[in-house]
Amino acid sequence: MVSLRVYVIRRILLAIPMIFILLSIVFLVMRVAGDPVSAILGGHAPLEHIERIKEQLGLNKPLVFQYFDYLWQLFHGDLGRSLIWGQRPVLVEIMEHFPATLELSIYSFILSVLIGIFTGVYSANRYNKPIDHSIRLYGIVTYALFIPWIGLILQLIFGVYLGWLPTSGRIGVFMEPQTITGLYVLDSVLTLNIPSLVSSIRHLILPTVTLGVYLSGIYTRLTRSNMLEVLGKDFIRAARARGLPERTVVYKHALKNAFIPILTMMGLQFAALLVGAILTETTYSWPGMGTFLSERILYRDFTTVQGTIVFFALLVVLVSLVVDVIYVYIDPRIRY
Amino acid sequence: MTPKLASSRLSVSRLIASRLRKLSPRRGIEYCFTLIGFIIVVIIVLMALLAPFIAPYDPIKRVGGLLESPNIKFVMGTDGLGRDILSRIIHGSQIVMCVTLLSMALSFLIGVPLGLLSGYVGGKLDSILCLLMDSLYAFPGLILAIALAVMLGPGIGNMAASLTVVYIPTYFRMIRGHVLSLKESLFIEAARAIGSKGKTMIFKYVFPNVIPSLPIILSLNAADAVLTEAALSFLGLGMTAPTPDWGFDLKMGHGYLASKIWWPSTFPGLMVILLTLGFSLFGEGLNEILSPELRGR
Repeated sequence: MVSLRVYVIRRILLAIPMIFILLSIVFLVMRVAGDPVSAILGGHAPLEHIERIKEQLGLNKPLVFQYFDYLWQLFHGDLGRSLIWGQRPVLVEIMEHFPATLELSIYSFILSVLIGIFTGVYSANRYNKPIDHSIRLYGIVTYALFIPWIGLILQLIFGVYLGWLPTSGRIGVFMEPQTITGLYVLDSVLTLNIPSLVSSIRHLILPTVTLGVYLSGIYTRLTRSNMLEVLGKDFIRAARARGLPERTVVYKHALKNAFIPILTMMGLQFAALLVGAILTETTYSWPGMGTFLSERILYRDFTTVQGTIVFFALLVVLVSLVVDVIYVYIDPRIRY
Repeated sequence: MTPKLASSRLSVSRLIASRLRKLSPRRGIEYCFTLIGFIIVVIIVLMALLAPFIAPYDPIKRVGGLLESPNIKFVMGTDGLGRDILSRIIHGSQIVMCVTLLSMALSFLIGVPLGLLSGYVGGKLDSILCLLMDSLYAFPGLILAIALAVMLGPGIGNMAASLTVVYIPTYFRMIRGHVLSLKESLFIEAARAIGSKGKTMIFKYVFPNVIPSLPIILSLNAADAVLTEAALSFLGLGMTAPTPDWGFDLKMGHGYLASKIWWPSTFPGLMVILLTLGFSLFGEGLNEILSPELRGR
């Protein structure tokens, strides 16, 4: 059994080769899978224009040099400059859009886990009853949901026909709270700005429900199967025999023991959360990373697209690192 | 002695009967799920194959007024350019099916041999392949596909290629895991003892034992591939303009939503969900029917 500090340091060191490989994959895809110049200019362009772009991006150097340039720049936190509109640094633009994605992701994540656990426990408790089958079907159907479509239906019902909720954007016009964290709900609370708070929550509801429902299915299925397993164990029978109320038995004794795999899944679902956020944002014109990326794809802004993808890659490594460290705190049995 | 035996027999048969009673509705539902999934997939495959014969109109020509709501002439209405949505959906199934099946076949053909090799040979080759595949796997699928699609450009072949790279690790990891567990089993040792090696070993002894788990993984993978294809095309990375493609049609129709014009976007999206659901119901059902150790969960 190694000490916690040694484990954490070792885990951080292990993340370095992974970062390296992911960055190399991005480089390979963006430079070798296709021609960046034709990706920028769309095929037919005058020769001098092509040369200028090549010069500007350093694409006239040999591939190996390009690779080291790329790594060297990244090492200095430089993701390059956008190819459009005043050529702003890509990192600055990403940092402007990231809080929106973070905010959407946090609430959707919480919602998905809550839905998943409650439906899963309920289903396991009524094993093989019609409600159990419907919840199982829910678990399968949510997996098959196409986010833009479910978003569209919600927009249609709650935005267009009922007119209860806004269907696009993050907050009402000129209502942005003073920026502290960039998360509007939190910022509104911190600055005691009630109108902003109400507006940002109203804007959050539909995107959060869309992404939350989409992600909840996997937790439903996992909670259900783990609860079924745990509910059959002796200590549950013992707890029931002692006359404990059913609710205590289910939520306190059984759920606690069924929780570790669910926790693992929360970490694994991060990639799905990111992908889901991209589609949800595009559907709701939510001004986060996804909308940003899809916009820049349309403008053929090569450096920004590459920078955003690098950013996502680093995020994935970082999150897997954090999740692994959290496990060790929660379950001391896990130590490699 | 005899009565006791009889009673014990009775209790056994009672037990079996109760088990059966417990199991049968459940298995019935399992088969039902699988069958529904299968039917959905078959219908959409037939739609793709017979598209030119069953589509009422030309999918890329103006055949009616702009944005006509669903009526007898145009069952699903017309889109912003006066094209029949039903015909576009029928023809769009060809694109989705082509991309999905092509990418599955390619990632299968690359991922499975690599997995077999890596698992069977082991050593340095295995560690390098694993590292590479794990990194690819760690990358969120759609984001990797987006990067590839941006670089490769539009078209069926390019979309399929993007998806292929995303799904190779799935097959690789599954097959490798299988091979590793098989390697320890007695019959492989026996095969080795009688002197078979290399190719014979992999294709005659290891591969056939991996086959039973393939239909499940294939159909679940197909479900995922349909969603990713639709997402790419929704983000504008799919086919070029007039070609009917569900994801892109949904995107185009989305702009009319605020005017309560729902038909150009709703129907293509519904098709994406139906097809995904078909594949995943089929896969889930097969999974529960074919792997008894999971039954009852």
